[in-house]
Amino acid sequence: MRALVREIYISIFEFVRTFGAFQLFFLRLLMHSPTLIVRRPGLVIKQIYNTGALSLVIIMVCGFFVGGVLGLQAYANLAKFNAEDSTGTVVALALIKELGPVITALLFAGRAGTALSSEIGLMKATDQLSAMEMMAINPVRRVLVPRFLGGVIAMPMLVAIFSCVGLFGAHVVVVELLDVDVGAFWQQMRYSIELIDIYEGIYKSIAFGIVISLLAVWEGYNAIPTAEGVGRATTRTVVISAIAVLILDFMITAVML
Amino acid sequence: MVSGDSENLIEIRDLNYSRGARVIFKGLNLTIKRGQITAIMGPSGTGKTTLLRLITRQLIPHRGTILIDGVNIASLNLTQLYKMRRRFGMLFQNGALLTDLNVFENVAFPLREHTELTNRLIRHVVLTKLHAVGLRGAADMVPSELSGGMARRVALARAMVMDPDILIYDEPFVGLDPISMGVIVRLVRRMNDALGITSIVVSHDVAEVSTVADCSYLISGGKVAASGSPDELRTTKSKLVQQFMHGMADGPVAFHYDAPDYAEQLLGRDSE
Amino acid sequence: MQQTRSVEIGTGLFVLLGMSALFFLTTQTTGGGNFSAAETYEVEARFGNVGSLKSRAPVAMSGVTIGRVTSVVFDPDTLEAKVVFVIDSQYDRIPDDSDASILTSGLLGSQYIGLQAGGSDIYLEDGSEILFTQSAIILENLIGKFLVNSGSSNID
Repeated sequence: MRALVREIYISIFEFVRTFGAFQLFFLRLLMHSPTLIVRRPGLVIKQIYNTGALSLVIIMVCGFFVGGVLGLQAYANLAKFNAEDSTGTVVALALIKELGPVITALLFAGRAGTALSSEIGLMKATDQLSAMEMMAINPVRRVLVPRFLGGVIAMPMLVAIFSCVGLFGAHVVVVELLDVDVGAFWQQMRYSIELIDIYEGIYKSIAFGIVISLLAVWEGYNAIPTAEGVGRATTRTVVISAIAVLILDFMITAVML
Repeated sequence: MVSGDSENLIEIRDLNYSRGARVIFKGLNLTIKRGQITAIMGPSGTGKTTLLRLITRQLIPHRGTILIDGVNIASLNLTQLYKMRRRFGMLFQNGALLTDLNVFENVAFPLREHTELTNRLIRHVVLTKLHAVGLRGAADMVPSELSGGMARRVALARAMVMDPDILIYDEPFVGLDPISMGVIVRLVRRMNDALGITSIVVSHDVAEVSTVADCSYLISGGKVAASGSPDELRTTKSKLVQQFMHGMADGPVAFHYDAPDYAEQLLGRDSE
Repeated sequence: MQQTRSVEIGTGLFVLLGMSALFFLTTQTTGGGNFSAAETYEVEARFGNVGSLKSRAPVAMSGVTIGRVTSVVFDPDTLEAKVVFVIDSQYDRIPDDSDASILTSGLLGSQYIGLQAGGSDIYLEDGSEILFTQSAIILENLIGKFLVNSGSSNID
């Protein structure tokens, strides 16, 4: 019994400690960010390329089909009320406010987050980070901050692209295949979508970008420097990112209502 | 910084360090003389690499002091520490080359990070260093294309590129074929003498170390078990030193890991 | 060097694509911004009931959007809803005796203001008020009336 209490005490203590360390880590990244962007923009650009440009294909393909299926579903159900003219509204609202940011975030965690974790974990396992330390180069600044910033900058772009391609997919399905009037589709959308809806999507994408990049970099940096440890860190990145994104999504939506 | 007139470059006094419950060093004393090649030897798992990390303050000792040029490195702040580290060049066990850069950029890396040299000058310096390790022709290769020995030579060029005072080699001879090994041994000696730097070689490769080291320390059980020139070590009477130097299977470092009685365990009596 | 160039080009294209996607979303999917840039003039009208008319709802004439509602407030003096809307300056010859009604686009669609041209020689200008208005049709009232009517017709 005492052992159990002690066990619980230790795990709560450990949780709080890890959480605190995580916050301090975040602050450290933020502290280095401004000077790095100004002095070494090339490093950040390379990471925007790695996380953003290289995720483009998966984002666009998924966006197209998510938009298409949304259009199909919305049309099928709205047609029951003779309201298929509102398909555009439904699809755009769903895409811009919810599915765009969330699905992009999940894909991003799977594509870019894991790549970041395993890359940093491997650099740690092969002493590359220690080697930098020994060359008097701060690996947090040189390796982690550019990757973090690259993810944070790439994410809103990817979300915007996802939503646009999604709308295009919906357009193809609803207008071209199901013969809804093209004017009704876009006009209805324009009447009911307001800038605040777009802002909500942007806020979410920024928040998700920060959370996923931070988690990926953190997990990689704190990975146990073995093949197994890196593998586990990669898995944890995806799992924790997915949970964090969905919880955060709920919280932001609740606040924005 | 205290001017470096004294003979001792690095002094370690009463060093204590433990990882978790496991004590790694208890009361270790060690001095490294300027301009010499000092070898640190010891059986696997005695914390040789840990000692290197302590000297370069990647780890902080629990008790005791490490003085470099008379300065206690535990007292340095981050800026001073990085300034101090620029005096070091370190060669990691597997080279630790940055995998996303090619050989040339790996060697140029410290220059690009720390200096504002022009591309032409960087090119000049890097090619000189690569030439010194005999790999000028491999400048465009990426680390994954290099053999173990080549990777280590590139890492050596990188460690040299900032012209350090102290070069640290972590297990430079492990896993190399005899030719590569001979190349590395020669390079260690040549770098040390030609450039007047101080070298620290961590290894358990007795034969190779003996050919290059001016002074050796044998570490065991968290302390210095023996020290002196390789020849002195070879003739010491201490059983541990003899076992280590001549590679005997049994001795003070037992062949068998601690276990219950063999016969009893086989007959299954211990479960009753 | 060749490699960094392609990275830079790739990143540039990616960021441009992202920016244009964002631009597309903010301008093409929202109704906002369409009239904000152009010259407009302000007109007001009072309704007994505005239904669910909201600001930013379109103002249409013969089915063409010519303006946008800017505010819907309750006027405590006249006990009516005061709706202010702007009309694009290029439509400057709308008779001042035109009437405004609140219509619904489709059965479940959103509400908008429809203008029906009058015959006056004096045109609407900044600050004019439309006097002839028709309130929103409230579906519940309509159904209520229909039930009452059909009920009475059955008795007859």
